[in-house]
Amino acid sequence: MSGFIQEHGALWGTLTVIAQIGLFMVVLLIALAFILLMDRKVWAAVMMRKGPNVVGPFGLMQSFADFGKFLLKEIIIPAGANKTVFLLAPILTTTLAFVAWAVVPVAPGWVVADINVGVLYLFAISSLGVYGIIMGGWASNSKYPFLGSLRSAAQMVSYEVSIGFVIVTVILLVGSMNLTEIVNAQGGGIWTWHAFALDHFPLILVMFPMFVIFFISALAETNRPPFDLPEAESELVAGYQVEYSSTPYLLFMLGEYLNIVLMCALMTTLFLGGWHGPVPLGDMVDTWPPLLLNLAAVAWFALKMLFCFFMFAIVKAMVPRYRYDQLMRLGWKIFLPTSLAAVLIVSGYVVYMGVQA
Amino acid sequence: MEVIAFWILAVIVGAAAVFVIAARNPVHSVLWLILSFFTSAALLVLIGAEFLAMLLVVVYVGAVAVLFLFVVMMLDVDFVELKQGFLSYLPFAALIGLAFFAEIAMVSFAGGGEGTRIQPSPGADSNAEAIGLVMYTDYLLLFQAAGIILLVAMIGAIVLTLRHRPHVKRQNIAQQTSRRRADATELVDVAPGKGI
Repeated sequence: MSGFIQEHGALWGTLTVIAQIGLFMVVLLIALAFILLMDRKVWAAVMMRKGPNVVGPFGLMQSFADFGKFLLKEIIIPAGANKTVFLLAPILTTTLAFVAWAVVPVAPGWVVADINVGVLYLFAISSLGVYGIIMGGWASNSKYPFLGSLRSAAQMVSYEVSIGFVIVTVILLVGSMNLTEIVNAQGGGIWTWHAFALDHFPLILVMFPMFVIFFISALAETNRPPFDLPEAESELVAGYQVEYSSTPYLLFMLGEYLNIVLMCALMTTLFLGGWHGPVPLGDMVDTWPPLLLNLAAVAWFALKMLFCFFMFAIVKAMVPRYRYDQLMRLGWKIFLPTSLAAVLIVSGYVVYMGVQA
Repeated sequence: MEVIAFWILAVIVGAAAVFVIAARNPVHSVLWLILSFFTSAALLVLIGAEFLAMLLVVVYVGAVAVLFLFVVMMLDVDFVELKQGFLSYLPFAALIGLAFFAEIAMVSFAGGGEGTRIQPSPGADSNAEAIGLVMYTDYLLLFQAAGIILLVAMIGAIVLTLRHRPHVKRQNIAQQTSRRRADATELVDVAPGKGI
């Protein structure tokens, strides 16, 4: 980004970057409105209900109606709450969720900040997400939110470890932490995507399980069912969100869904080939207009993200909630050793087969 | 541009560090501490050490500070009482502060004053590569020793907290899933009026 600013001058470059960020945020928010609806529709379809179908055609405007409702309600702050922290928590959650999107490449060259340590940046920002929940739970000055936030802290810290190791396997295969380079390494068609890794044939036995582990850990990291223990309504009412209403609640929900979509984007980038289609383009790259190719790239990226989100949604509808000790057992006793072994195997493969030259 | 950013971040780090000890509420103290960690990471980005910055955020802000917050929230310590003897520690704290300051000053000025700049990645393309090259060649032994010390600390913590209580029923998931109908139920043909 600083190179970009130097290229285009201090004023024009800065304005362009700000415009890029603004555009990205608007597109993301509008897409999120429909993704929220998709979540509810999938859930409803599994239960053979219709789901939201009143506002607009097929209920398409439902999220916007909800948005208006949240904005117009009164913000209630509990008497014993720690006011500053109480209001800071949802703002922090949403801000962090947006900030993480800066490094996600959606098409060749279409990324706000193409930094060298992109994967680590995403990992760092998503590990900060836990603060919004802890602060919200503590500042509410109430038992259930506090219990919910404690659960979420333990849960997110536990699953971050296995997510980290899974990411390391991909980094080892590519030899770079830059997200654009990770995507480019999977440009040779569906068999080179890291979820399958057929170009390093025996590694599919390692990489596909890693993809599955990443998916399950992402569910736990974003507090989605079956790991939604921080807000388990049968035990904790609504967990850390009990005391929140109106706009602060909206911000929490927004941040949560942004994180879910971010995890989908991360899965797409690391394992499903990012913006590349399942068949390599070959000569078309030179003959077709670049804008058309970029739009096709965005379409592929969005399609894969929607597929990941569909899996998130259908898991929510089909799988019963885990008990807390089962959750911890899965994270520490199964995923951690498995992913650690995978790091050993992949690094051994990379060294002895000379993958990175 | 970079100078402005440096001063803004430096002021935030300093102010947050002061608030860590000045805040009345211990949870607020930890939150200020997190802010100062995070801003230090931003300072590291500013000198080009992006890998170190991200590690600082992942390890300290993302994991260690969460545990701090966890403990401070759970403990019901009377911090007003703890702060009673606050001033009596002042000479000791001043001594430690002075030592830190002297160390940082020595590092800053030992290189040769004005012309020396901190090099984030000497002899390599990126920060991560430079650290890896040094850590796994020159300081391999120290690195391994540090790892073993951490392992020992971990085992120690587990040994201290592990206790086997005799009458606790534990779930064995493998046993549960391998259970068949024959293991659990029995069909008894009861003759009428006899009972089992």
